[in-house]
Amino acid sequence: MDLHDYAAATESTNIVTIQSRYGLYIDGEFCEPASKKYFDTINPATEDVLSQIADANENDVDRAVKAASRAFPAWASLPGSERAKYLYRIARILQERAREFAVLETMNNGKPIRETRDFDIPISVAHFFYHAGWADKLEYAGYGSHPQPLGVVGQIIPWNFPMMMLAWKIAPALACGNTVVLKPAETTPLSALLFADVLEQAGLPPGVVNIITGAGSTGSALVEHPDVAKIAFTGSTNVGKSIMQSLAGTAKRLTLELGGKGANIIFDDAPIDQAIEGIVNGIYFNQGHVCCAGSRLLVQENIVDEVLIRLQTRMSTLRIGNPLDKNTDIGAINSRAQLTRIQELVNAGVSEGAEIWKCTSELPIKGFWFAPSYFTNVTDAHRIVREEIFGPVLTIQTFRTPKEAVEKANNTPYGLSAGIWSEKTSKIHFMATHLKAGVVWANTFNKFDPASPFGGYRESGFGREGGRTGLGAYLKEVAS
Amino acid sequence: MITGFDVAEVTRSDESLRKFLDSLPNIDKVGLEARAATLASRSIKTTSKQAFIDLAIRMIDLTTLEGMDTPEKIHTLCAKAMHPDPFDLAVPSVAAVCVYPDLVSLAKTHLRDSPVQVASVATAFPSGRSSLAIKLSDTKLAVEHGADEIDMVIDRGAFLAGHYYSILEEIVEVKGACGPAHLKVILETGELQTYDNIKKASWIAMLAGADFIKTSTGKVNPAATLPVVLEMLYAVRDWYRFTGEVIGMKPAGGIRSSKDALKLLVLVNETLGTAWLDPNRFRIGASTLLNDLLMQRHKLLNGNYSSSRYVTID
Repeated sequence: MDLHDYAAATESTNIVTIQSRYGLYIDGEFCEPASKKYFDTINPATEDVLSQIADANENDVDRAVKAASRAFPAWASLPGSERAKYLYRIARILQERAREFAVLETMNNGKPIRETRDFDIPISVAHFFYHAGWADKLEYAGYGSHPQPLGVVGQIIPWNFPMMMLAWKIAPALACGNTVVLKPAETTPLSALLFADVLEQAGLPPGVVNIITGAGSTGSALVEHPDVAKIAFTGSTNVGKSIMQSLAGTAKRLTLELGGKGANIIFDDAPIDQAIEGIVNGIYFNQGHVCCAGSRLLVQENIVDEVLIRLQTRMSTLRIGNPLDKNTDIGAINSRAQLTRIQELVNAGVSEGAEIWKCTSELPIKGFWFAPSYFTNVTDAHRIVREEIFGPVLTIQTFRTPKEAVEKANNTPYGLSAGIWSEKTSKIHFMATHLKAGVVWANTFNKFDPASPFGGYRESGFGREGGRTGLGAYLKEVAS
Repeated sequence: MITGFDVAEVTRSDESLRKFLDSLPNIDKVGLEARAATLASRSIKTTSKQAFIDLAIRMIDLTTLEGMDTPEKIHTLCAKAMHPDPFDLAVPSVAAVCVYPDLVSLAKTHLRDSPVQVASVATAFPSGRSSLAIKLSDTKLAVEHGADEIDMVIDRGAFLAGHYYSILEEIVEVKGACGPAHLKVILETGELQTYDNIKKASWIAMLAGADFIKTSTGKVNPAATLPVVLEMLYAVRDWYRFTGEVIGMKPAGGIRSSKDALKLLVLVNETLGTAWLDPNRFRIGASTLLNDLLMQRHKLLNGNYSSSRYVTID
């Protein structure tokens, strides 16, 4: 389709002040890392260096955990209504500074400003508001009449939704009376570091939230620290497995939110134009860097040609490029390493004989980019159907009956998400009952709400985040 | 799901029409509204804004449909249609003026040989509640007085009662009475209420030979909401894909600001592409919209937003 171009509508970066170097946020203040080491953080859309970030070693992790331990008794014994005030304050400040956070997140992550502005930041704010509401009602949450916090929780978050993942982790932990040591992802630390500023503004007591930056070894040090009562991890299945091994035999609690290979299932009675939007939103949202992405499309065989025609037409309207342009739909891949991984898997697909279709838009020269693509002529036996690609790459298979759709959808080691598209409610119920996935969306995809628990089955992890259920990950059940 | 069809076969009988309408995929309300909201968040700036404002002016059916309409008001409307800004002749003329049948000849006199078309509402506008004979004579009156375009209304009572075939037949008859005049079929989406109804009515109108499908009379709220417009654009897109025939689309009712107009153009652009960014294929039925477009245009060119006293009230 021939489309009219829109003049550049670039969001200004003036609202954001990025320091040339960031220390670690421990005990209410920024400090030098004991390691004295720093690493660069970049803008993946331009490869420009944005800042230098402290690389926390074991001593730094120990300092952070000790600070959180010291802060714990006072924080845990505050009345819930007082903790709620802090959380409401954080939510409101975040809301007031929403544009600043959206711009910074886009610069450090590469995702379009439209998404950070309309999705990441509003959902993050919603999580703080929602959990503020729980803080003084925990005894009614179904965890005994006197539920107690766990202590110091170590939280390790990924790079795909840096701010939103921070909110999903910190908000329930604080509401329940725990103190936190949070490690943002190596490639996307900036929004978490700006969040430290929000904590200052909110007057949160020192040590209640500590933010330490670094790579995998920093994360390991946190996981292995003896004074940590619980680890909450969101990230890859491989790292999740190694965390689980290292915690085995300890008293530490663990929740894992890992990878996925979600099936998005289109029946022939689907609302077709909305289903096409759902396919696009399912896999191309956030460049496909979504653990619950609908990366395996299953289409009822009798409509597959029609679906492909409509999908191609729709995909040819996607606007790819400068993530700070308000009209951009698809931004940059988060890192060179991730781009390499996507390319490797896509090449494997091609060499296994699958047919690839790619959006033809011109990609920027600098930065990390991958055109939205889909594969046809693939089977369950192809590597690209089995492995999580974590990029804007869809595989398309067909099925004939609901039972076959269920079998294909469940034939994966993962079990995080699935989507069903049909106008027939009884069929939706049948599918939802039989799909082994933590989240099943009907006639929509990638919808999130703080009141709705999120989490997976099998290699997608365990534990739930959000809703009443999510509180269970941060509470000890104690009877009066 | 439809993957192609034969118009003659579909329109052969009540049964065949019903079967066809039932085969159209349903609309999911939440998804449709979410897509419209995303497109509405597009940011149209600088040169794009300039181009879209001029395009929107060229697409306007400048409308007055009041019991109080006077010959003087029609005169003003026509003068403004030809030269929307008397101080800046670079402003393009609008597509058409839209009036009641009895004012068509007056409008025609004022517009003389300008490219501005005269559109007339007809068929017992706005309710559509009269006999077929009266609707046809209403149409003929407007055409005989020189109307280039007829904006008819469908009989919503019949539609909601499920008499789809009678609606189809009525549109076919009115199309016959139009002669060379173009026919726009008003669905009055605010009275059809559900997206599935609007989808069915759009297809009935296209099957019956409408040149344009149009959302509303402007007398009922809600009128041209973005999801409704998007859904009707989908119908136009599918019709073109399956038949190769171009159908135009005209939202009308409640479109007052430049921002509203730019959102509509974004919807057209990203659903049908540049080919439909053309007054022959897309019209906007409006009255006060033109003034806001003129004020925005002035602001883009001169940097200041003038007061509404600098544009005419009618």
